[in-house]
Parts: sequence; C-alpha cells; structure tokens
Amino acid sequence: MPGRFIDVEVDPAVTKDPALAKKLEEVCAVDIFARNEDGTLRLVEENLDECVLCDLCLEVAPGKVQVVKLYE
Amino acid sequence: MRFYEYESKALFRRRGLPLGKGRVVASETEAREAAAEIDGPVVVKSQVLSGGRMKAGAVQFADTPDEAAAKYAEVLPIVVKGEKARCVLIEAKSPVAKEYFASVTWDGRRKLPVLLFSDMGGIDIEEVAEQHPEHLSRTHFSTILPLSERIAKEAISAVGVTGPDLVRLTPIVFALMKLFLEYDLTLAEINPLARLEDGKFLVLDGHVDMEAEARGSHKALLTELGIGEDETRQARPPTPFELEAARLNAVDHRGIAGNVVEFDGNLGLVIGAGGGSLTLFDAVRKHGGKPANYCEIGGNPSMSKVRNLTRLLLSKPGIEKIAVMMNVVSNTRVDIVARGVISGCLDAGKDPAEAVAIFRIPGSWEEEGFKILSKYGVDYCDRSVSMYEAAGRAVAKMAS
Repeated sequence: MPGRFIDVEVDPAVTKDPALAKKLEEVCAVDIFARNEDGTLRLVEENLDECVLCDLCLEVAPGKVQVVKLYE
Repeated sequence: MRFYEYESKALFRRRGLPLGKGRVVASETEAREAAAEIDGPVVVKSQVLSGGRMKAGAVQFADTPDEAAAKYAEVLPIVVKGEKARCVLIEAKSPVAKEYFASVTWDGRRKLPVLLFSDMGGIDIEEVAEQHPEHLSRTHFSTILPLSERIAKEAISAVGVTGPDLVRLTPIVFALMKLFLEYDLTLAEINPLARLEDGKFLVLDGHVDMEAEARGSHKALLTELGIGEDETRQARPPTPFELEAARLNAVDHRGIAGNVVEFDGNLGLVIGAGGGSLTLFDAVRKHGGKPANYCEIGGNPSMSKVRNLTRLLLSKPGIEKIAVMMNVVSNTRVDIVARGVISGCLDAGKDPAEAVAIFRIPGSWEEEGFKILSKYGVDYCDRSVSMYEAAGRAVAKMAS
C-alpha cells in the first residue's frame, strides 16, 4: 500500500543488491528503506509519508529509485 | 512551576538568605519535637501552593511543644482554595519590628526582569500599589549585563529606606535577584521580609515559581528538593485528553506537537511558531471564537506527530473544526504539516475540506504544502493574510 502522499518505486534489481540496500537504508533519514535478514531491500510503508524529498536515495541509486508525489 | 514555601526556603538557603530555625514535619510527634528543638514560640504553617493560608486558618501560633502538636492536627486537614496540605512547617516565631516586601518577576511588556520593593510588607502588594504607590518601587534590570548591588540599593532607597536598614537589606535583595536569574525563575518573592527587634533581617515567608521549560536544566536541584518529574504543579491536574496529547508528543522525538491544554470550546487549534500559539489563541478569542484547546507545534514535527495530534483533536467531543495556523516558519516544513493534518482528518473519518477551517502556515516548502491542501480542497492562505485575519476567518467559518 503506498502512502497517501508519497510512493517510492524501486527497480527490482536494487532490492536484490545488498550493498545498495545498505546504502539506501543509511541515507534515508526517515527510515523508508530497511533490509531483510538476507540483506535484500524492503520498503517501510508506514514511513512513506514521512519522506522529506531530500533526494538522497535518488543520488545513491540514480535512475533506479523514484519518489512519486501522489498529490501532483 | 510553583514551589512550596519550604522548598522556596531551601532554595533561599543556597544563596545564604537569612532564615529562621524550623523544619517540615509529618506527624504530631514530629511537630512536638520540632517545637522543643526551637525552644520557644513557634509558627505552624500548612504547606500548600496557593495563597490565603492565614485567612483560611492554616497558619497558627503555639507557645509550647504540646500546643504545636495540637495546632499541627488542627492545621493539617484545612483545605485552602481546594488544596490539601502536603505537610506542615514549624518555625520559630520571631519578634518583628517592621515588615518589607521584595520580589523579582518578569515584565512581559518590557521583556526584562523587574524588582519590586516595598517598605509595606506583610500585606497584598496589589493593595500597596493601588493605595500607597509611593511605598513601592519598580526597577528593571538586564539579563545580559553584569548584576550590581547598586540596582538593589537604589530600589530599596527609592521607598525611603536609609541607614543600617538599607545596608542590611541590600545583600538580601541582591541575592534574590541573582537567584531569579540563576534558576530560571518567573517569580522569587519574600513577603514578609522582617526586621526583627534586634535590627537583624529574616525571611518569614517566600514563594518561588520556576519556568516549567527550565525543569530539565535544574534537574539536580529538583531532585534534591524531592520534586518528582511527574509533579506538574499546575493549577489543576492534567485531563485524560492532555495526558494523551503529552504521550503522543513524547513517543516521537522529532519536533513538537504538544503542550496541549484543554478548553471547553468547539474550535480545535493546531497552532505554534515563535509565540504564535499565544497570539493565535488570543486572536481566536478576540474574534469571538471558542478554542477547544491550546497547543504548540514547531521545530519541524514529523508527519505522524502532526497526524496524531490532529486525530486526537478531532476525536474530542464538541470539536467541530480545527484551525491550523502558525507564524511564518523557517524550521518547520509546511508540506509535512499539511500531510499530517490531512492524514489526521482522514484517520478520524472526516473530510479535510470540511474539518479544517483554515490552514495558514507560510514558510518553508509552502508551495509543496499548498499543492497538497489544494488536492484535498482545504482552505489555505499565505503570509499576505495576517495571523489575526486567519483567526477571524476560522471563527467566521464556525458560524456559517
């Protein structure tokens, strides 16, 4: 379920990349990204609407992560 | 946050103010022992936070230890302005020749501390100010410049005190001023400050109020005085609504969306920023509105924090709409607050367009915030609409 205001779309290849998953988890100040036990990426849906649009996730994974403003 | 008399005196003792012999007691036996230690006439004083003890009979005098014990039993159950005594203070009764008044408080208009001094102590200072203004001096002093005894001396001499009394009073009043600043007090008062028959001075009664926000800075002192973190020392105990708001504020460290005070109106307020809460609350009332609450938001609260506060407000019976208003903000994201408010409305089963009377938060990321508000049909305005005018619009909507 996306947030009411923000959705984050991640390239499936990224979710399976433990190194990138770790970076995404580290850069997000509002904990939208987390890692499963096997190191793969998962989105924390309840935090999506906390997104501050800092774009750090976009810089970590250029072209592979999209932040969608659902109100536009 | 008000201190009991015995706590105020413990604070005075730290600054070396002259205090009479005495101690707090919690039983008739202790009262008898305390009076025996003093070995002379004593005053038996109920410890309550409100004034009017003397009129209520909660201050009594005793000449012997047995009489002190009896007076303890008499004073303890007396309810003063709805408040039961926490304990009783037994102090030596002193032979008073003259009573003075000294107080330091905050002058909101001048934004400076003000020292009030009178040579007519022991009675209500309001009465002195009204009927004998020449016996009351008001002296402002800086919180930035170094304090000087000269300020205290001038305040005392301004009501005609000279000679040895001036010399002896000055360090006492000066210590009160230093105490006020050192402990972030909003009131430091001695009344009466007595000159005894032998010419010495003594603090007979005193009150201290500490800025509630300063509790964290003076944790060690409060612990030493036995003041627990859960003691709010407010005029009334917090309501379940206020407690829930405090809980919601405490569970998330990001920003503030709390300090909620419950009122019985029908307009919920989500307000804040740089004194904005007080200004906006007053503006709503000035327009004839009835606030359902006071609160403070700021410091960039998270979406969920604003959401929880909004949901809580809209769950309160009697609240018809909420007004979301702040001063111009630079450190709070308008779009994040907008998300929180709309989420809170939807969580509460309300249409944001109907539930939000006005949204007036200009500042950081306002264009983004206004896009969100537009999508949900919420009435919003920018900084071209004053806080006063925004409050008026909210009140007008309540009537329509």
